[in-house]
Amino acid sequence: MDLDTCELGGTPLKSSDFEKCKVLTTEWKPNLGYAWDNGVAIGRYLAELKEGRIIARVCHECHRIMLPPRMFCELCFRPTDEWAYVEDTGVVNTFSIARVNWDASRRGPKEPPLMPAVIEIDGATKGMGIMHMLGEVDPDDVTIGMKVRAVWKKPEDRTGAITDILYFKPIRAAAPKKAAAGRKR
Amino acid sequence: MVKRVGIVGIGTTGFRPITPDVSYREMIFEAARKAYTDAGIEPSEIGGFITAAEDFLEGYSIADEYCPDQIGAVLKPTQTIPGDFIQALATGYMMIMTGAFKTVAIEAHSKASNVKNIDELMGFAFDPVYNRPLRETPHAIAGLEMTRYMFETCTSAEQCAKVVVKNKANAMRNPYAAFGAEISERDVMNSEAISLPLHRLDIAPHADGAVVAVLADGETALALTDMPIWIEGLGWCTDTPTLEMRDWGEAAYARIAAEMAYKMAGIANPAGMIDFAEICDEYSYKELQHMEALKLARPGEAAHLLESGATSFAGDIPINVSGGALGVGHLFEASGAHKILELVEQLRGEAGARQIPDVNIGLAQVWRGVPTATGAVAILSNM
Amino acid sequence: MGMRKVAIVGAGITKFVRRAQETGKELSWQASKMALDSCGLSLDDVDMVTLGTAPDAFDGVHMKGEYLADGAGAHRKPYMRHYVGGGTGVFSPIHGWFHVASGMADICLVVAEEKMSSCHPHPQGAFLTIFDHTTEQPLKPTLIWIFALEMNRYMQTYGISKADIARVSVKNKGNALDHPSAQVAEKITVEDVLASETLCWPVNRLDISPASDGAAAVVLASERVARRLTDKPVWIDGVGFAIDTAYWATRDLAYPRYVETAARMAYDMAGIKEPAKEIHVAEPYDPFDYKELHHMEGLMLCPRGEAARLTAEGYTARDGNLPICPSGGALGVGNPIAATGLMKVIEIFLQLRGEAGKRQVPGKPTCGLAQAWGDLMQMGTVIVLRSH
Repeated sequence: MDLDTCELGGTPLKSSDFEKCKVLTTEWKPNLGYAWDNGVAIGRYLAELKEGRIIARVCHECHRIMLPPRMFCELCFRPTDEWAYVEDTGVVNTFSIARVNWDASRRGPKEPPLMPAVIEIDGATKGMGIMHMLGEVDPDDVTIGMKVRAVWKKPEDRTGAITDILYFKPIRAAAPKKAAAGRKR
Repeated sequence: MVKRVGIVGIGTTGFRPITPDVSYREMIFEAARKAYTDAGIEPSEIGGFITAAEDFLEGYSIADEYCPDQIGAVLKPTQTIPGDFIQALATGYMMIMTGAFKTVAIEAHSKASNVKNIDELMGFAFDPVYNRPLRETPHAIAGLEMTRYMFETCTSAEQCAKVVVKNKANAMRNPYAAFGAEISERDVMNSEAISLPLHRLDIAPHADGAVVAVLADGETALALTDMPIWIEGLGWCTDTPTLEMRDWGEAAYARIAAEMAYKMAGIANPAGMIDFAEICDEYSYKELQHMEALKLARPGEAAHLLESGATSFAGDIPINVSGGALGVGHLFEASGAHKILELVEQLRGEAGARQIPDVNIGLAQVWRGVPTATGAVAILSNM
Repeated sequence: MGMRKVAIVGAGITKFVRRAQETGKELSWQASKMALDSCGLSLDDVDMVTLGTAPDAFDGVHMKGEYLADGAGAHRKPYMRHYVGGGTGVFSPIHGWFHVASGMADICLVVAEEKMSSCHPHPQGAFLTIFDHTTEQPLKPTLIWIFALEMNRYMQTYGISKADIARVSVKNKGNALDHPSAQVAEKITVEDVLASETLCWPVNRLDISPASDGAAAVVLASERVARRLTDKPVWIDGVGFAIDTAYWATRDLAYPRYVETAARMAYDMAGIKEPAKEIHVAEPYDPFDYKELHHMEGLMLCPRGEAARLTAEGYTARDGNLPICPSGGALGVGNPIAATGLMKVIEIFLQLRGEAGKRQVPGKPTCGLAQAWGDLMQMGTVIVLRSH
């Protein structure tokens, strides 16, 4: 069977088809709300974030210090053994410079780009990263391997959420580097 | 060549109206850890993993992302079946029968308490063009069906209420159940009218909980346990999703799924050979409608069997001795999980106060709820 | 090995478009009907049906497998939906394989559908909900972030440039000019890719496949039935699938180890010891251009970090040593998630039968592979097909 000789389904529509009412449409805006039980591990994680601290869990069998904390070790398949505070500093494992928002809308010309990153947190097992944002740094100066520190909300503004950390900033002021040729961020 | 597949381990957290102390991960880990200990096998040795889950019930997209860690499936062959646990069980059965997998673990859970507006969620499953704009409560579909069923079989609403009374009383003996109670027919008929003839107490309230089961091929099953519970028959069927095309009186999906399962199990006379059954009673009338579709009663006869005591704990064919959904709680995709759990405990002789004496063959049947016409059947034995 | 042999005997596919007039049910029907017609079967001949489709959030229907059932030919049949995120389309024939290889069915209809256009203001928005609701969603992430993070790590680890990666987009969009379903086929250059809008550095607009509506279907049959239906059955010789931990930020994003795990499972079953030699044509998933390279390495079709160099040398062109994505891939044909994976399976099916028209790779390939990826950089699904 050769696809070239078959009549294929699928009729493409253009925006003008909708504007000129050539096509009828129906709309529905779902109203679905959820209140997820955080449970023991994440409950404690969020409570500690409110206090300006990051907490992890330890498995005595594989000796990993795990972040985000979890009450069971997914590799040894047994309950984890103890809590352990880790630092609020870390190393950038990878990053991106984002000019689009979550809903694909573009960031305005005056809005700074967002800088999501995976940050390996000091004190946890090597490679234990969390996703968060970078701030107080020029996009052209961000590098993989850069050391960063958390910038926290004021204690009275914290609610027990991952956003109690505003962002991570470089530990040393970034020396202005010449951006590599062609590397437009 | 694989000839049989058996259940070698099962674990559960039990079922409660809310479970605020644990996250879904922690809840599922408990059921999985218990199941693997029960089976005497670690997840690193298990060949495949299946979770029965629907995105919108979880509240995030791509439900299978968040399943591996708590069932020990990291870097293992894992899939989601957006369907009932029994459909996932059927997939696990097929995986083992191919000869490529020796063992498969199946997981399902409900955290329905975390959904703020569950009726709106149920309504979100309706056809967006033809049905949703009517903005009816989703229970209205069950109300329509109940009216037609009652008309075709000369069953009364009071008789349907007796299902609620029986099942909630049964649940009093079940430590896993969330909604055991001693109530009367009058309590049901006096409860708030939802979508007549359905009253509030005719509708199973939702509950939270998790179940994990481990399947193994015949040889492996016998090596792991003295009492594997064998899967003798399986059937699943989807009738038209279009409401406007439905036969409202008969649960055809259940009849066809049962025919497939009976054929596979070599059962020609269901009413004679099935010792006990856990069948879907998400709405009170469904237990009766399903009994007839499963040929455990003739058309129109289900209510009479109920009233005669034939389906009570001490009767000829006890139905929903666990309490069913009405007594245990409605568990969405984990509905079949609870029914399989009950069958396994009964067939192993581990059902405690609700143990039915001398059982060998049990049947579990599920329906996926409004607005679907999808159901599945599993027949298990200890022989 | 004693397992029942299963073949793909027929296939169907719709055009992939940004916004289709057809409903999801209608798209499913078009693809299924074409698949059944292609091997002379009617719906009555089908024993069981399985449907793959990705997030319900796109179509805007909860339990969307139920909604699509009639379009997928499931009327009063044993029917299930299977779902592994973006890996679904290649998992679809694997789930179908369970049905037939187990002996439960002789003929299984496998359907994959996606209608992303229903989701407003943009299907991208639905991807917010794939992130952890408590530890990640409050940061308002988008799917492009996670790809950008991975792409950056991959580039840094192996010293690969954006230009190296852009070659994949050029190749695939060019290949797609010969695919009748193609949504975004065009002749472009590496410069075009680098000059296109930067969305999330290092990702530019032309590095990405589009959102699409579309459906595809295949018919699977047991050996006995397959030989009666066609003189060119394509055998499913190996299946593999694996999922990694949900804690994606704790993994090395430079290498998709879950693809390797899935590939090893499929290669073992198929008796393949040297994939780079024994696989003649491959369709790895390419939702972003760098993913084709990432996946080539995970599939062990080349050493780690080498995929970009080989692409630059023409190794993966249609007339190269190991043609990769001769269809045009997601980058050129379009990406209606679940249907894309099945489109790739269908491409290998056609290539092995010598029926790929202008896309046909030379040398009469007899062994091919399709692979898809899904979730939070987690899921690998692999299928090995042979004509013999």
